[in-house]
Amino acid sequence: MDPKTHVHTHINGEPVEFLSEAYRSLLEILRDELMLTGTKEGCTTGDCGACSVTLDGRLVCSCLVLAVEAEGRRVGTVEGIARGETLHPVQQKLLEHAALQCGVCTPGIVVAATSLLERNPDPTEREVRYWLAGNLCRCTGYDKIIRAVLDAASELRGASPNVLE
Amino acid sequence: MAKGQKKFRSVGTRPIRHDGIDKVTGRANYGADFALPGMLWGGVLRSPHAHARVLGIDASKALEIEGVKAVITSADLPVIEAGDGPTNFWDLSRNILARDKVLYHGHAVAAVAATTAVIAARALERVEVEYEVLPQVQDVMEAMSPDAPLLHEDMFTKGLDPKPEHPSNVARRMEIARGDLENGFAQANVVVEREFTTRSVHQGYIEPHAVVARTGEDGQVVVWCSSQGHFMVRQYCATVLGLDTSQIKVIPAEIGGGFGGKTTVYLEPLAILLSQRSGRPVKIVMSREEEFRATGPAPGSRIRAKLGARNDGTLTACEAQLYFEAGAFPGSPVMAACMTMLAPYTVENLSLVGYDVCVNKPKTAAYRAPGAPIGSFAIETLIDELAEMLGIDPVDLRLHNAAHEGSQAPYGPKFRRIGYRETLETARAHPQYRTPLERNQGRGVASGFWFNAGMQSSAAVNVNEDGTVQVVSPNPDIGGSRVSLALMAAEELGIDVERVRPVVADTETIGYSDLTGGSRVTFATGMAVVEAARKVIEQLRERAAKIWGIDVSQVEWNEGYALPGQGNGEHDPLSLAEIATSASRTGGTICGNVSLNARGAAPGFATHICDVEVDPETGRVEILRYAAVQDVGKAIHPSYVEGQMQGGVAQGIGWALNEELVYDEDGVLENPGFLDYRIPVASDLPMIDTILVEVANPTHPYGVRGVGEVPIVPPLAAVANAIYAATGVRMRDLPISPPRLVDALDGKHSG
Ligand code: FES
Ligand code: FES
Repeated sequence: MDPKTHVHTHINGEPVEFLSEAYRSLLEILRDELMLTGTKEGCTTGDCGACSVTLDGRLVCSCLVLAVEAEGRRVGTVEGIARGETLHPVQQKLLEHAALQCGVCTPGIVVAATSLLERNPDPTEREVRYWLAGNLCRCTGYDKIIRAVLDAASELRGASPNVLE
Repeated sequence: MAKGQKKFRSVGTRPIRHDGIDKVTGRANYGADFALPGMLWGGVLRSPHAHARVLGIDASKALEIEGVKAVITSADLPVIEAGDGPTNFWDLSRNILARDKVLYHGHAVAAVAATTAVIAARALERVEVEYEVLPQVQDVMEAMSPDAPLLHEDMFTKGLDPKPEHPSNVARRMEIARGDLENGFAQANVVVEREFTTRSVHQGYIEPHAVVARTGEDGQVVVWCSSQGHFMVRQYCATVLGLDTSQIKVIPAEIGGGFGGKTTVYLEPLAILLSQRSGRPVKIVMSREEEFRATGPAPGSRIRAKLGARNDGTLTACEAQLYFEAGAFPGSPVMAACMTMLAPYTVENLSLVGYDVCVNKPKTAAYRAPGAPIGSFAIETLIDELAEMLGIDPVDLRLHNAAHEGSQAPYGPKFRRIGYRETLETARAHPQYRTPLERNQGRGVASGFWFNAGMQSSAAVNVNEDGTVQVVSPNPDIGGSRVSLALMAAEELGIDVERVRPVVADTETIGYSDLTGGSRVTFATGMAVVEAARKVIEQLRERAAKIWGIDVSQVEWNEGYALPGQGNGEHDPLSLAEIATSASRTGGTICGNVSLNARGAAPGFATHICDVEVDPETGRVEILRYAAVQDVGKAIHPSYVEGQMQGGVAQGIGWALNEELVYDEDGVLENPGFLDYRIPVASDLPMIDTILVEVANPTHPYGVRGVGEVPIVPPLAAVANAIYAATGVRMRDLPISPPRLVDALDGKHSG
């Protein structure tokens, strides 16, 4: 048995403790130990963004973060985005725009897009495209995802929706 | 709305999908999201050689590691016959675990199960395999030469007369021919003859293959996995493991993309076998590297094609040879390429010959309209060349030769009502077709065809006691089929789609159905749902008749209500919910079950317009604008139809510009990850305009045609034609990556 470290962290606002070997990724612990399987694994090499989470508010690929690095830090996952039964506008707009087909990239897109809108409430189409360039989607061609994020941004700003068109 | 077209209340609307909230909140369970108590982790040992004889496997050192519970090799699998069906189980069994020889780098040779994934990985390092490395062959033309290393020493080319005396890597030769080729070319005023190549590309679904299998002391097996067809998984596992079909239950997970790449099994039989050996549930998840090394791909190819036309633009003859890489085992889609490449056109004289060739690469798997994009790339480029030579607008040239109702498809049947011309006319009228272009910019047009499939589907429509309705589908929902099926049930029953809950059932709770593939689910399973809903309506009318004491023939069903016909006394209409509530007193549960073998799938056609800008310094191609026009028959949920078109276009653009599996001289894949196998990302693409043409399929109750596959067909040539328009350089080798394009531009300037 490899030695394990006792890690104390907050996940989606709640205190969570776990044990992890030094070599395990945060993604593995979230999915396989804590059963937070909303965060997806598409590659484990930082190339697909399906594993996107926030660490102290910063967007990261959880496959590239060691679980022990979460010690004393705040982790945000897709499971923490909605408030009770109320979806975040990004989630709602993704649904309204039919911006998911298989949906496996969606948790990563939700986390990445909410993170974008927190720091840039009024992004251009180009800014959304570049921010989400690390989130691969093989199904949609991105069109509806981009529209949904722009629409969510304008709703969050209280502006009239429909930035394009 | 077109004249005579039915007015719909649900079909054609855009409700939020029923499974949507689970998918935006992370609650939906995909293949790798499932776990069981006491579960072991499996791993697969893969060949480091592209071609080698396996002389021996010694797993004793692996089994010594604490926590290792089982190791299996092909010796644990029964020896299987090929069988008579479309799937060759001899090949399938050997692809799952190599027997005697490994045929590609990444070919599975053994699998282990251990208490943790890390222990499983360490155990794989301790399995000792003795290989005798053999010469290998990667290139399709080299593989055809008489002195090429043979993958299968006992394989003789089928389709040759007389039967060949020597074995070959060519599995089969096939041909489509009609008319008089010589005469056809003699009528032509212009003839172009060119060669084209394409590279192996991967389906690139974001969710890797994953499975959990559990076996019981009673021999029953339960499998949780994501696939394009859990009935397929059940059948394939039963066959390669020598089990009864009834011993296996497959529970479908949500599927994170497939595009044809999840229409076979890789891991499932291994997980079952490891579970049988260890007595514990076993989970196996592929890494992305394994995906690239051992699953998919779509074939690399070489095509030589010759096309002739008269001065007025009439295509007179076409001759082509297509050489497709099947990978380690026969079965490339070269025949489908021959059948589809000229399907949009009425060419009277043709000879299309296809060769299915084994090479030391993974066995090819289906990829969205398998074969069609490759064949179309050649033909649609030649048509662009002819249009320029003849001075005819490329859309007009296509219109002049367009297949239509009554014209004969190259693969045999006469087309019924099709909408190809409509896509061309719509494209020609699209504002993008006239948008001015600047320096280094160009516009390309291309069309595409796909058959679309019918096949076997089952469905159930169950009415609950409160008047809500369950639609039970046998097909994994890859892109919104649940909501489309629910819309059709709601339409028939005349209730709101929110009152309908669509579910995907496992192999034990609904009748057999074929794969989610071939663009067939909304069409064929949709037909089953419509018929099942009609059975429900019959029962609802019977119950109302009983309540009112009138004859059932007097009861009408209209917009969710039973109505007594004229002269049957005063009765208030009965809603579906009212009848459902009293069902226990009027005869019991109301439900409809239908299994059918759907005929009358109608082909789909598309025409795309692509505008590019080429950076002459770097060879980088930017897609400026893209418009996809497609005959979809009838869009049940237009947003998901548009989504299919946009996704197909994106994949086609990736195929055209960037994607290729790069093998080194030893047959080792050099780019087994998304960093170096670059699929389009959000910043690579513009918005993709979609124009839905609706020429109803006369055999479907709502006019549905399949829509998922056609959109990947035109982009390869549309992009290449646009690059030609921008640069004057014809790119006939895919992908048109920046270094290749720079070389070609340099060649043009120096030459
Ligand atoms: S799984 Fe982390 S980026 Fe792909
Ligand atoms: S919806 Fe399937 S990968 Fe994005």
